[in-house]
Amino acid sequence: MTAVDVLVIGGGPAGLESAYSLANNGYDVAVLEKEKNICGHLNQAHSLFPNFQNASEVRSAMIDKMTHPKISIHNDTEAIRIKRDIDKWGVETGSGKEFMAPALLLATGFKSFDPKYKEELGYGIYDNVITTTQFEAMCQKGSIVSPHGQKVKRIAFLNCVGSRDEKVGNHYCSRVCCINAVKQSIEAKKVLPEADIYCFYMDIRMAGQFYEELYRKSQEVYNVNYIRGRISEVSPTIDKRLHVKCEDTLSQTPMKITFDILVLMTGIEASLGTVALGQQLNISGEYNFAKSLSLHMADNYSSHKGLFLAGTCKRPLTLPEAVADARSAAGEIKNYLKTLKQ
Amino acid sequence: MTNWGFHIAKSRIIDMDTADLGVYRKVAAKVPSAKLCLMCGACTASCTARNHTPFNLRKNHLLFRHGQFKGLAKEFDKCMLCGKCRLVCPRGVNTRALIYNMRMALDNLNYTRIKK
Ligand code: SF4
Ligand code: SF4
Ligand code: SF4
Repeated sequence: MTAVDVLVIGGGPAGLESAYSLANNGYDVAVLEKEKNICGHLNQAHSLFPNFQNASEVRSAMIDKMTHPKISIHNDTEAIRIKRDIDKWGVETGSGKEFMAPALLLATGFKSFDPKYKEELGYGIYDNVITTTQFEAMCQKGSIVSPHGQKVKRIAFLNCVGSRDEKVGNHYCSRVCCINAVKQSIEAKKVLPEADIYCFYMDIRMAGQFYEELYRKSQEVYNVNYIRGRISEVSPTIDKRLHVKCEDTLSQTPMKITFDILVLMTGIEASLGTVALGQQLNISGEYNFAKSLSLHMADNYSSHKGLFLAGTCKRPLTLPEAVADARSAAGEIKNYLKTLKQ
Repeated sequence: MTNWGFHIAKSRIIDMDTADLGVYRKVAAKVPSAKLCLMCGACTASCTARNHTPFNLRKNHLLFRHGQFKGLAKEFDKCMLCGKCRLVCPRGVNTRALIYNMRMALDNLNYTRIKK
């Protein structure tokens, strides 16, 4: 049994930032991470919008912070059962370990939509239909290649895969994928200046500082083509490229076009951990994201005393938003722990 | 021959694989602000010619972009190059230069313009 002041479930950017902030305030924090490595989805990022900062810089800074003497990181440690004992929260892990603390922070994050549910887009059927995460890995390697060895002349990005789509049960907008598509279009042009890049969208949603400017730059400097219309169907050509159909809604005309690679901008869904623990704690809200006590007034609180929420376990957020939310959660936890002492 | 009233409808689909997209590239090289068009339609809404004809700058610009030149020369001839559209464009597209250059490109492609 490990007893600390605060237990953080989830070692992604939100969990780590909260842990660091609390440790700096003198609290003992244990971070439980189910994977081998901390930093969560940031491990799959090559560069970050809007300034193309190398994700590895941000990762190293986060990992450095975790050397704080008040923080203990527990990798390969999945929280399975959560119990409330009078003033304490107890957590049992898959490996049979037990943790206890007066305050518990849920930072279990998100998962990417699995595009195999959109069969018409051909993911899992045609090798050159890939996800945004796979494309990011190509950018990391600095080589964008077609699995069939052809020279990559045309790349398509398709927005809103698994978001804003009643057919998969997700009515909401994932908020980050538009910005990410613009970022990745530019990355594509940096690696393959001769390639034609197309981005298929229903709306381009670039809310936030510098994002609209990034979109503008993608048109002005990188010649990215934007087509307003959702790809309805993907089929293979005889040379294993991808034949794509959509409506060019702005000219009200159907369109067909062939691509070497199709990148699906998969949306954000509640992670398996968020769903499982949310249901166990009875705080699952819309689409199984964790529900905060009050969106406008107590967004880091849950309906349970001493149980706090941070980051994308609540809803889709950009990285800066998730990290800011984590700092705010740390502040609320600090206040809570003070009231316990009185 | 007897006309039975049947005919083969031509495909309406924009085929981007066969379209000549290079023409637009040349125009955009001359008028770089064209690439910034957001397709908001403010130009079309403010256009004097649009008030009396079906002329639609936004849509015709888009069709030109996609290499769909048929019928466009006649459309662009409806424009008086008055520049009103340029005043309202939120992306600072030099619409007059754009229309002028699209006209010139279509002339080179020998697309029929309105008969004088
Ligand atoms: S951010 Fe853009 S791509 Fe993502 S769900 Fe919203 S509209 Fe679609
Ligand atoms: S310049 Fe042409 S398109 Fe623009 S407002 Fe005048 S007539 Fe209309
Ligand atoms: S007003 Fe400007 S941005 Fe809007 S459609 Fe016309 S040219 Fe494009």
